[in-house]
Amino acid sequence: MTEENGAPGADGQEPSRRDFIYIAAGGVAAVGGGLVAWPFIDQMNPAADTLALGSIRVDVSVVAVGSEITVMWRGGPVFIRHRTEEEIAEARAVELDALPDEEARNDNLPVGTPGNDANRVLRPEILIVKGNCTHLGCVPLGLGANTGDYDGWYCPCHGSHYDTSARIRRGPAPENLPVPDYYFETETTVKIGLSPEEATNSGWAVS
Amino acid sequence: MSGPSTYKPGSGIEKWLDDRLPIIRLGYDSFVDFPTPRNLNYWWTFGGILAVFLMIQIISGIVLAMHYVAHEDYAFESVQRITRDVPFGWLIQSMHANGASFFFVAVYLHMFRGLYYGSYKAPREVLWILGVVIYLLMMATGFMGYVLPWGQMSYWGAMVITNLLGALPFIGDALREWLWGGFSVGQATLNRFFSLHYLLPFVIAAVVGLHIWALHVPGNGNPVGLEVKSKKDTLPFHPYYTVKDGFAIIVYLLIFAVFVFFLPTVLGHADNYIEANALVTPAHIVPEWYYLPFYAILRAITFDIGPIDAKLGGVLAMFGAIGILFVLPWLDTSKVRSMRYRPLTRWFFIFFVVAALGLGWCGAKNPDDFVMGIEGFKFLYLGQFLTFYYFAYFIVILPLMGIIEKPKERPASIEAAVLGSDKA
Repeated sequence: MTEENGAPGADGQEPSRRDFIYIAAGGVAAVGGGLVAWPFIDQMNPAADTLALGSIRVDVSVVAVGSEITVMWRGGPVFIRHRTEEEIAEARAVELDALPDEEARNDNLPVGTPGNDANRVLRPEILIVKGNCTHLGCVPLGLGANTGDYDGWYCPCHGSHYDTSARIRRGPAPENLPVPDYYFETETTVKIGLSPEEATNSGWAVS
Repeated sequence: MSGPSTYKPGSGIEKWLDDRLPIIRLGYDSFVDFPTPRNLNYWWTFGGILAVFLMIQIISGIVLAMHYVAHEDYAFESVQRITRDVPFGWLIQSMHANGASFFFVAVYLHMFRGLYYGSYKAPREVLWILGVVIYLLMMATGFMGYVLPWGQMSYWGAMVITNLLGALPFIGDALREWLWGGFSVGQATLNRFFSLHYLLPFVIAAVVGLHIWALHVPGNGNPVGLEVKSKKDTLPFHPYYTVKDGFAIIVYLLIFAVFVFFLPTVLGHADNYIEANALVTPAHIVPEWYYLPFYAILRAITFDIGPIDAKLGGVLAMFGAIGILFVLPWLDTSKVRSMRYRPLTRWFFIFFVVAALGLGWCGAKNPDDFVMGIEGFKFLYLGQFLTFYYFAYFIVILPLMGIIEKPKERPASIEAAVLGSDKA
C-alpha cells in the first residue's frame, strides 16, 4: 500500500480509513456469503409436504392378543403389538439398571424419563414403537419369525435383542426402539403423529 | 520436469491458433514429447486405464440418465426396462454397472503401486493427496449410484450408511434427516442422490486434471525410485508410453468385455433384483465388493474406547482408514522410495496387501461365522486383527522402518538400472 492510498496499520501507524474499509467490506462479503449459502443448505431438510404427511390412523382392534402388525409411518415401519399378560409381566419385572439404555425414548414424554415399561405404553396391552433398529436402521424380526432372547424383537443385521417393551437388552444397538407420539382417538383407533394440541391432550403422563 | 516447450506449429493455422490459445502446445508438451522415465513397468499403466474408465462411466451414465426415472415408484422398473426394452440398454447398463467395479479394481492397483514404489513421497505429496481426494469422490459417487436402481440392497445399503451419521454426537440425528430430506430413506433421498451422482463424476474429472498437472511438475516416479538426472533417463511419452498404455488398456478392456457380455450380473447381489421395501430388511446386508474392507473395519470396533461408544468408534475407524492416507507422506520416514530397496518393509507391505484383501473377505462374511469352519475363530476376530495391522502399518511400521531399516544399495541412475552398467 502506498502513501496516497492511506497508511497501513501494520507498520506501526494508526489504522487508516482504507484498513477500515477493507475489513468492513470483507465482513459484509463473509456474512453475505453465509446468508446466500444457507438456503442452499436448508433446502435439503424435510420439505413442508413431507412434514405434513406426519400422521396416520390405525384400527388396533384387528390386532389379536399375542400378535403384532407393522404399519408404515413417515416412510418407515411402526410395530404395534397386542401384548399378552405374560409379556406385560415380563416387561414390568425388569429392573431399570438391567437396561443398557435406561431412558424411555418416548416422544410423548420429556427427554430423560426413566425407561420402565409404564413409561413406554399408554395402555399396557398395546405397545407401539418405531421399527428401525437403533443401531443401523434395519427392521428387527418379531413374532412369527424371531423374537430374540428377550421375547421381543431380534435384529438380524448385527444381533440386537429387544425385550417385550422393545427396549434394547443385548447387542450393538445403543437405544431402545423409540415410541412415536400417539393417542387413542376412539376405543379402537390410534392416531400416530400428533398436532401440538393433540399432544397436550393425549393423556400421557410420567409414571 | 516438463522443461521448455519443443512444440513447432506445423501449419499456418496451428501457428495462428498457437499465438492465441496454445492448446495444441499444451497437449503436445503433456502427452507427446513429455519426458518419461524409461523404466516404467506395467504397474504404471493404470493411470491411463483409469482415465478411460472415467470416460466410459460418464458417457454410459449420461445415456442411462436419458431413460432412468428417479422416483421411488418407478426407479426399479425403469432400470429393468433399460435392460430389456431400450435398444442396447442391456449393453450400456451392463457397461456402467460393471464399469464401476473395473474402475475400482484399477484404482486399487494404482494405489498399491503408489504404496509399493513410494509415489507419495516428496516432491509428490500433493499429487498423492489429490489422488486420495479422487478416491473419496469415487466412493461417494459409487455409493450413490448403487442406490439408484432402488433394489433391496440399494435401499438397505443406503439406510445402514446414512444411519452411521446418526452416531455422531449432538448433530447426528439432524444431519441424518438433512441427508434423507425426510424421516427415512425415501423419494427425497433418491432424487438428490441422482443429482449428486450425475454431478460428482465431473468433479472427479476436474480433480483428475489437477492430479495430472501435479504429476507433470515433478514428472513420473519410477520403479527404482530415483529422480531423472539426464535426458538419457527418459523417453518421450509418445510413442513409447502411448503404445505401452494402449496395450494395457486393450488387455484390460478385453477382461472388461468378458464381464459385460458373459457375466453381466456376477458382481451384483441377488437381493438387488427385489424392489426396495422399507418393511423388510434382507437377511445379510453387504455393500458392493469395493467397500468390503472398510465395512469390515467399521464392524471390527465392537467395544467402547473411553468416551467413544462402539458405534461411533467404528465410524471413526472406517473414515480414519482413508483419512490416514492423507498424512501418509509424512508418516513414512524413509528417504528410499521403492520397496525394491527396502528388504524388511517390503515384507510388511506384502502383508499389508494380504490384510487389505483379508479385510474384504471379512466384510463379505457374517462376523459371527467361523473362519474356514474353525470352531471359535470368528470373522470378527480376524477382522479386528487385520484392522489393527492396517493402522499399525501406517502409524508404527512405516515411521519406524525409516529409522531402523538398512536399505539395499541402489543403482546410480535410471539409465544404469535399465542398461545394467555404471554400478555405483
